[in-house]
Amino acid sequence: MKKLYSILKYACIIALTVSLISLIAVVAYVLINGVSKLSFDLLFGDYSASPSIFPAFIGTLQLVGIASIIAVPIGIASAIFLVEYTGNKGRFVKIVQVATETLAGIPSIVYGLFGYLIFVVAFGWGYSMLGGGITLAIMILPTIVRSTQESLLSVQDGLREGSYALGASKVRTIFKIVLPSCASGIVTSIILAIGRVVSESAVLILTVGMVVNKVPETLMSPGTSLALDIYYFASHGYPNEASATAVVLLVFVVFLNLLASFIGKMIKKSTYGDAK
Amino acid sequence: MRGVFLFSAVFSILALATITVFLFVSGVPFIAKTGFAEFVFGSNWAPLADNPSYGIFPMIVASLYVTALSVIIGVGIGLFTSIALYKFCPKRLVSPIRQMINLLAGIPSVIFGLFGMTVIVPFVRDYISPTGVGYGILSASIVLGIMILPTIVSVSLDSLNSVPSSYYEGALALGATKEIATFKVMVPSAKSGILAGVVLAIGRAIGETMAVIMVIGGSPEMPESLFQSVRTLTSNIAMGALELSGDALSALISTGVVLFVFTLILNVSFSLLKKEKADKPKKKEKRGVSK
Amino acid sequence: MNEFIGNMDITAKNCNLFYGDFQALKNINIEIPEKQVTAFIGPSGCGKSTFLKIFNRMNDLVEGCRIEGDFRIGGIDIFDKETDVNLLRKNVGMVFQKPNPFPMSIYDNIAFAPRTFGITKKSELDEIVEKSLRRASIWDEVKDRLRKNALGMSGGQQQRLCIARSLAASPKVLLMDEPTSALDPISTGKIEELMEDLKKDITIVIVTHNMQQATRIADRTAFFLLGELIEYGNTDDIFTSPKDERTERYITGRFG
Repeated sequence: MKKLYSILKYACIIALTVSLISLIAVVAYVLINGVSKLSFDLLFGDYSASPSIFPAFIGTLQLVGIASIIAVPIGIASAIFLVEYTGNKGRFVKIVQVATETLAGIPSIVYGLFGYLIFVVAFGWGYSMLGGGITLAIMILPTIVRSTQESLLSVQDGLREGSYALGASKVRTIFKIVLPSCASGIVTSIILAIGRVVSESAVLILTVGMVVNKVPETLMSPGTSLALDIYYFASHGYPNEASATAVVLLVFVVFLNLLASFIGKMIKKSTYGDAK
Repeated sequence: MRGVFLFSAVFSILALATITVFLFVSGVPFIAKTGFAEFVFGSNWAPLADNPSYGIFPMIVASLYVTALSVIIGVGIGLFTSIALYKFCPKRLVSPIRQMINLLAGIPSVIFGLFGMTVIVPFVRDYISPTGVGYGILSASIVLGIMILPTIVSVSLDSLNSVPSSYYEGALALGATKEIATFKVMVPSAKSGILAGVVLAIGRAIGETMAVIMVIGGSPEMPESLFQSVRTLTSNIAMGALELSGDALSALISTGVVLFVFTLILNVSFSLLKKEKADKPKKKEKRGVSK
Repeated sequence: MNEFIGNMDITAKNCNLFYGDFQALKNINIEIPEKQVTAFIGPSGCGKSTFLKIFNRMNDLVEGCRIEGDFRIGGIDIFDKETDVNLLRKNVGMVFQKPNPFPMSIYDNIAFAPRTFGITKKSELDEIVEKSLRRASIWDEVKDRLRKNALGMSGGQQQRLCIARSLAASPKVLLMDEPTSALDPISTGKIEELMEDLKKDITIVIVTHNMQQATRIADRTAFFLLGELIEYGNTDDIFTSPKDERTERYITGRFG
C-alpha cells in the first residue's frame, strides 16, 4: 500500500518534468530555429521580391485596435451593469452569465464561420479587416466581462458607501471610486485579451482572407495577421519564414503577458501606495 | 447612463443569439436537405465532385479520437504535474514554475501547430509510425495534449489548493503518510474541480483548429489507424474555407452547427459540474447556521 | 440646498422599517436637538445603526428595505420627492465603523466631496482641504504628505481623515456609526475630543457600543432594544435614574 503511493509520488515528479520539458521544448525550438532566419527583408521589406511580414504586422495592429475599441467599452459597461446595478444576482445576471459562458466556449473556427456569414456574405463586405476585428471583439468580450466583473466585486462596499455618504451620485461613484480602485485588474485583463487577439488565426482564415502580400489599404480591405502568416508560410512551403514569424509572434505575446503583470503592479502601487 | 450599461450587458446575449440564429438558419436546412442520417453518419465527403456527397462521419470520428487521446495525454500528465506542484516539489520552485506555466498557456496555437509540423510529425514518422506516415491522429493528439497541459495544471492546482488543509492534517494525525494523505484524501476532495478542468480541456481540444490542421494531414477519410491523414470537424471547416461556394459552403456551415452542438453539450456539463462544486460548501454553511 | 439652512434638529415620527417581511424598527418617535451629541445605545442587532442610516438615506441602497414614517431635518422632509438625495447626503455626513479612505491621496480624499459639487479651482480646494483637516485635528500630522496615499496612514488617522472628508462637504449633521470601535484608546480619545469641538456647529448622532463613551460625550442618549426605542433623555438621567427596567438592566451590564 505505502509502496504504491510512493510509486505514484515518483510518477508525479516524472510528469512534472515531462510537462516542463515539453513546454519549454516548444518555446526553445521556435526560438532556436527561428532567430537565425530573421532578416530585414522579412521584417520590413515590401512583399514584391521576397516574403515579408510587414503587412501582417500592420494587420495585427489594426485587428487589435478594432477589437479593443469595441470589446473594451462594451465589456466594462456590461460588467458595471451586472455588478453595480443588479448586485450581481437575479435572473438577468444569470442569463448574461450563461450567454457569456457559452460565448467563451464556442470554438474560434465557429466564430470564423459566423464572421464569414455575417460580414463577408450578408453585409457584402467581402474579406475585410473590419469584419475580422469585429468577430474577434465578440470572441474576447466574455473574457473582459468576466474579469471586470471579478475586479468590481473585489472592491469593498465600504468605499461605495463612503462615496454615497458624501453625496456622490451612482455614476460618479462608479467612475471616480470603484473603477480606479480596481483599475489594475481590469487593465491586466484587457492586455491579456489583446494577447488572445494577437494569437488568434482560425477566425481570420474565414474573415480577413489571408492576403499576405499587401498592406491593407483601408479597414475594408482584406489582409493578414502575424499568426495567420505562420500558417500561410508553413502550409505554402516557406518553413524558414514560418519559424522566423513564430519568433516575432512569440516575443509579441510574451511581451504582452509581461506588460500585463507590470502595468497591473504599477497601477496597484499608484492606487494603493506602498502601504499594505 | 444606466441605459448604456444595460445595453452593453444585453450585447452578449444579442451576440450569442445572432451567432446561433445565423448558424442554424444557414446550416439546418442543408442538413435537412441532405438528410440528417446521411450527413452525420455518411462516410463520404466529396463536396466538389460532380455528384457531390456530404458525409461528415469520418470527421466526427476523427474529432472524437483526437479529443479523447489528447485529453488522456494532457490530463494524465497535467494532473500528476499539479499534484507534484501541490505536495512533492520544493516550495520555492512552485511559484516560478506556476508563472512559467501560465505564460506558456498564452502561446498561440498556431505556434504549437508549427512545432507539431516540424518536430512531432517527422519524429512520429521516423520512429513510431509503422506505416511511415507522420501526419494523423497520434501527432495531433500529442500536440494538443501539450497545448492543453497548462490549463489542466492550473485548474487542478487551484482546486487542490482550495481543499481545506485541515483534511490533510487530519489524515496525518491518523497516521497516514504524506503520500497516502495526498492521494487518498486531498485528490478525491478536489475531484469536482479537477473534473471541471477536464471538461474545459475537452472543449479546447475539440474546438482547436490551427494546431490540428497543421499536423492532421487533411484527407477526409475514415480513421483506421493513428498514422493516417484524416480530418477533424474543425479542420474540415478551415480546409474547405478556401473553396467556398453554394452547397459546399452550406456543408461547411452545417459542420459548424454540429461542432457548435458538441460544444454546447460540453458547456452545459461544465456549468453543471461547477454548480455542484459551488453547492457543496453552501450545504455545509446551512448546517452550521441551523445549530 | 438652501433648504437646509436654519436649524438642524432631527425628528422621526411613527418610524417603521422592514427588511422584506422582517420588521427591524417598530414605531419609533424621536426628536434630536441641534448642535448636541446624541448617542444611540443598545445591544447588537437592536436596530440603532439601521435607524441612524435612515437620516442620510443609506438604506435606499439596501435591497428589500422599506421605510414608513415621517423624517425631517431642519423641518425638511428627507423622503420628499423634491429632496435631492445627493444634496441630503452632502448635508448629512456619515462616518463608518471601519475607516474607509478611498485608495487615493490624502488631498484627493478630502477634495472628493467639494469636487462632486462642482468646486474645481485649486486655491479654493486647497483652502477647504486645509480647513477640513484642521477641524479634524489631523492637519499637523499630514500637512507634509498630502499627496501620499491615504492607505499608508494608521487606523486612527484614517478615521480622522474620514471625518475630515465628511467635514469638507460642510455638513449640518454628522452621523457616526460606531466610529471608534476599530480603534485603540488613544485614537478614540482624540476623536472624542474632536466631537466636543464639532458640536459647536454641527448636530452629531453617534451609535456606540461603549457605554462609558456615551456618558463621556453624549448630551442625550437613546436606548434601543429589539427594534424599539425604549428610553430617551438626558444622558445623566438615563445612566443615573433610568425609568425603564430594561434600560437599567442593560446599563448595569446584566444583558446585551
